[in-house]
Amino acid sequence: MIYFYLALLFWIIAWGINVWISRQKSLKILNIIPPILFGASILLIWEATIFYFSVSPVILPPPSAIFFKLITSVPMLWADFVQTVIKGALSGYIIGCVSAIVVALIVDKFKFLERGLLPIGNFMAAMPIIGIAPILVMWYGYGWQSKSAVVTVMVFFPMLINTVQGMKMSDRIHRDLMLTYNASYIQTLLKLRLSTAMPFIFNGLKISTTLALIGAIVAEFFGSPVRGMGFRISTEAARFALDMVWAEITVAAIAGSFFYGSVVLLEKWFTFWHPSQRGRA
Amino acid sequence: MSKDANRFFPILSIVTLIVLFWYGFSVVLNAPWAYDQAKRQSITLTLPELVNKTWSQKRPKLPTPHQVASEMWDTTVNQKISSKRSLVFHAWITFSETMLGFIMGMGLGIALAIAIVHNRATALSVMPWIITSQTIPILALAPMIIVGLGSAGFSGLLPIAIISMYLSFFPVVVGMVKGLKSPEQLEIDQMKTWSATGPQVLLKLRLPKSMPYLFTSLKLAMAASLVGAIVGELPSGGGGGLGFRMLSGSTFGNTLQIWSGLFSAAILAAALIAIIGFLQKIVLNKMSLEP
Amino acid sequence: MSQTPVIKVNNLDLTFETNDGPVNALSDINLSIDKGDFVSFIGPSGCGKTTLLRVLADLDEPTKGSVTVNGVSPSEARMSRAYGYVFQAAGLYPWRNIASNIKLPLEIMGYPKSDQEDRVSKVLELVELNGFEKKFPWQLSGGMQQRASIARALAFDADILLMDEPFGALDEIVRDHLNEQLLKLWKSTSKTICFVTHSIPEAVFLSTKIVVMSPRPGRIVDVIESDLSPNRPLEIRDSKEFIEISQRVREGLRTGHTDE
Repeated sequence: MIYFYLALLFWIIAWGINVWISRQKSLKILNIIPPILFGASILLIWEATIFYFSVSPVILPPPSAIFFKLITSVPMLWADFVQTVIKGALSGYIIGCVSAIVVALIVDKFKFLERGLLPIGNFMAAMPIIGIAPILVMWYGYGWQSKSAVVTVMVFFPMLINTVQGMKMSDRIHRDLMLTYNASYIQTLLKLRLSTAMPFIFNGLKISTTLALIGAIVAEFFGSPVRGMGFRISTEAARFALDMVWAEITVAAIAGSFFYGSVVLLEKWFTFWHPSQRGRA
Repeated sequence: MSKDANRFFPILSIVTLIVLFWYGFSVVLNAPWAYDQAKRQSITLTLPELVNKTWSQKRPKLPTPHQVASEMWDTTVNQKISSKRSLVFHAWITFSETMLGFIMGMGLGIALAIAIVHNRATALSVMPWIITSQTIPILALAPMIIVGLGSAGFSGLLPIAIISMYLSFFPVVVGMVKGLKSPEQLEIDQMKTWSATGPQVLLKLRLPKSMPYLFTSLKLAMAASLVGAIVGELPSGGGGGLGFRMLSGSTFGNTLQIWSGLFSAAILAAALIAIIGFLQKIVLNKMSLEP
Repeated sequence: MSQTPVIKVNNLDLTFETNDGPVNALSDINLSIDKGDFVSFIGPSGCGKTTLLRVLADLDEPTKGSVTVNGVSPSEARMSRAYGYVFQAAGLYPWRNIASNIKLPLEIMGYPKSDQEDRVSKVLELVELNGFEKKFPWQLSGGMQQRASIARALAFDADILLMDEPFGALDEIVRDHLNEQLLKLWKSTSKTICFVTHSIPEAVFLSTKIVVMSPRPGRIVDVIESDLSPNRPLEIRDSKEFIEISQRVREGLRTGHTDE
């Protein structure tokens, strides 16, 4: 019981620290502390609540059990990770994003295509594309290829819409300048329009990282060899081994954050010149 | 009139092209099975016969548009609404889950956004976690949430709606934070000169100004909520709904069922988003915020 | 006075179709510009001076009449890269540093790499921006960005310079300084310059010929041949001749205004 109250105390102290930090406008580096403290207090309250209220691990396991399961199941977690994230999600992500950019370039060159395809693209992006998963599993079998296909389709349309939007972003004055140089279409594309499209392209790339992971995992619900994060989650959940489920989730969360974070870093590199990156949004 | 024709014609031609390609692909994908059947009966198929056969299989790899349409017709008009074979029955279940999750997500999103904009400590501590929450594939958590909540006594719509809420609150938070922060310094200073209280500034300035952002994110939230509902139905077992229908179609090899479920979901998504768009036009027009 | 004018405009008309009906941006323009001239176009907004410049640059098309640049049509002139254009805003690409921005037209036109480096340093010196090669546009002030934009237009071999209110957004002190520099540049490079402005002292100070325009419809009201000596310090603005010319410009602007 005392742990519960200690956890509450920790929360209060942590919140106090956060409030103090939020008042310090100058030391930006301190800003990394509040989310960590917040997360830590949630974990502690979680742990204490489970013990205090004797919550059955079948409903919600405590963080300690999850952590224990994590470190003792590394080989299995790794195999699942490779199957789902590397083979399924990553390959689909690359194929989907690259093809979306290529199609966007084609659509850009032929305006007629844009007027026809864009509304359809918007429609497809709003549609629950995940529903295509069972169909693709039926076509491509249970292996990672079908998961890759699902991810490709899921990622394609948001990426296409964002890239097409980005291609329209160059200023009139920059395009006129290119006209005065009598620059060719390719020259204008490479030296101007791709650069101005970068912020939007990266917007699409960021959204697609989360979609890719979700697509790969959920696609496995529809059929998978005996490996893979989605497979593991559904089977372990059915056996009520929730600590394993949460361990997989943790791996997924870490993988997802890492994936997203890498794209953000790339974005900083490629769009260093954009006002939003210069901190003057 | 010509401006609308300008927009209709390309869409129409692209859609026509897609339908044509679709029929073509049907032949290609269903051909192996058709040839297989023909071999067993020791007949060879001519091209017209092949085309005919591939367009009328019972379990086609790729059903044709008219097959999907007739399946949908069959399961809607020709069935009692309360029957488990009715598409309307399943669509209604998914619709209710989506709406409940959407409303909860919208509420949560707006509440969080207001807290973030008004309290810097909250903004600093919670915002990174909100972003991280979307990198956690909640859909992967779906089976477990359903099972967990089920054991605690909650079943039916609620667990699935919670998954929908998780997916739909994020666009709302992001959009509303942008929207609530959108008033210019000038307008905020003006409020200060009238010694307006925080809630007054919120109600009279920030909320109205955030309407365009709100509606854009509501469209995204609705789509996300629908996806959440469909995937939430997958581990539920026997509840019903379009996701459930697609899964059972997949389990029993009934491809027509999968496709009709998918199409219904798409139509549902389009309809719901169109309704939001319609509301958006009315509200923004009344507020003269729409350009 | 050379024999064949560098730019010749005959009976030029340009009407824009807008949502509120047709707008007669240019009406019956006749003009002749010789090599080495510094021509200012001055008039209130809507008089068509920017439109005229854009027609010369082949950025807009006339609805009637003929234009020749270097003896050929504007589009042929553009395709043979006959002119440099300086816009109202600097229009530098934020993802390129200053040197790289200046190299942009050189890359497009296929100048060899070694040549590019030479031209960049030469032209940066002309506008007194040497040392800023590695800086990015947003690190420079407005005046410096405009100077970089001018340097960019000078980097390749074009005999004609078209400038659309390049100093409009700058304060007077910076403007004076840049006017002096531009004049120095013109004398050392002997280019033909077409310069759009709505500042009377600027027009009179810089030009050998001043074209006064008025709006609705956009037309030429007066063409003034300036006989000020080509070596003019800023002080010349207080001289009698300068004031006379300025008054003539002001007269032209006023008649154009009351004509409506």
